Amino acid sequence: MSESFTFYIDGVPVEAAPGMTILDAAQAAGIWIPRLCWHEELEPFGGCRVCTVKMNGRSCAACTQPAEPESVVENDSVALREWRKALVELLFAEGNHFCMACEKSGSCELQALAYRLGIAAPRFEHRWQAREVDASHADVLIDRNRCILCARCVRASRDLDGKNVFGFTGRGPERRVAVNSDARLRDTDLDVSDRAVDICPVGAIIRKGVGFTVPIGARRYDGAPIGSDVESANDELESANEHTEGGAAATVRQEE
Amino acid sequence: MPRPRIATASLAGCFGCHMSLLDLDEGILELAELVEFDRSPIDDYKEFQGRCTVGLVEGGCANEENVATIREFRRCCDVLVSVGDCATMGGIPAMRNLVPLDECLQEAYVDGPTVHNPGGLPPGDAEIPRMLDRVYALHEVVHIDWHLPGCPPSPEAFQAALTALLSGEPAALPPGLIRYD
Ligand code: SF4
Ligand code: SF4
Ligand code: FES
Repeated sequence: MSESFTFYIDGVPVEAAPGMTILDAAQAAGIWIPRLCWHEELEPFGGCRVCTVKMNGRSCAACTQPAEPESVVENDSVALREWRKALVELLFAEGNHFCMACEKSGSCELQALAYRLGIAAPRFEHRWQAREVDASHADVLIDRNRCILCARCVRASRDLDGKNVFGFTGRGPERRVAVNSDARLRDTDLDVSDRAVDICPVGAIIRKGVGFTVPIGARRYDGAPIGSDVESANDELESANEHTEGGAAATVRQEE
Repeated sequence: MPRPRIATASLAGCFGCHMSLLDLDEGILELAELVEFDRSPIDDYKEFQGRCTVGLVEGGCANEENVATIREFRRCCDVLVSVGDCATMGGIPAMRNLVPLDECLQEAYVDGPTVHNPGGLPPGDAEIPRMLDRVYALHEVVHIDWHLPGCPPSPEAFQAALTALLSGEPAALPPGLIRYD
């Protein structure tokens, strides 16, 4: 085993083991890097670029870029916040997001990220292109209007459920999430208990019959903004470090 | 010193944003002390009475009358605020943007299962404002100074924005008050 090393995120020294990505090391140190397609249970995908940081001045995706010893990473800067804002606004312009009528509202990672980035109104023109809804399955539906092509469902079905229910078809603006049977969701072996269902960050794959059961005020992001769970781990870490000089950064439990 | 004048309007909206403004509870009395309401459904003035400091407009533009109204608001108000998701991004009325206009009208006035329309044509009376090809957010039609998203924006969001505007501060909402539902 090679030694762990130190690098710097916005001037803060962060410990990393060789091979660890910038995002994983930041996460372990209680530093939140905005992200959408990344999920702790999945292999990184590097698709959404919301986690873009600068390492030694060059931009890269923090979820796929391994940390390097003594490297200097810029994360929470005005310029990067602006880039991320633009990326998130483009996702809203590209899909059809009517949050006021969406079952995922209040628990949606895309929406929560838009709130945290301070997006009051979209600045890009919407495409207003209707996409297909597949409600054929008894317990689950896909509304592609809300899909952000993060591939979490694809990875989860393949790597966690061992099923390969989801994939992609089309290119560029025509890219869509598809199901393996080339038919409809009900013709697949998808089960409502599959990880691929709940792992969707937005309201594109949703369970039927449970929409709007959680009251406003009690939804996932009603209380604290997205990312604050990672950061409060940092607060706990700091106070722990005060008591145990030089406590290791990697012992903090992450909740996501 | 004359009190700042506020004008409000509802375009392609549901009046929910106005309801939320009234939901300031006793705060609405303080507001009424601080400002003079100009053209607004709240006092039922249909025309502008004078130049306004702040215009609060709910709803997007779905027809030609909406466009004329928002242009007039832009002419008559120093600061123009998009209020609610319909104004900031089209909202529920913009769901029709996914369907061509003639298909919408055909479904609503001819083919719909509950339609009784012996004439068999969508209404075309000259009194009825003509619909636009799609619903537009207000900032697609005129310059908008501030956005107050929400369906509707919470009374706290109104309070924060109005307090800021009336003291000449930027009305950028703190993240905690940005909501799309
Ligand atoms: S998926 Fe998220 S962003 Fe899209 S409409 Fe639903 S709550 Fe809003
Ligand atoms: S359906 Fe959900 S999980 Fe799958 S790619 Fe789309 S947004 Fe991601
Ligand atoms: S989280 Fe890194 S690219 Fe999506």
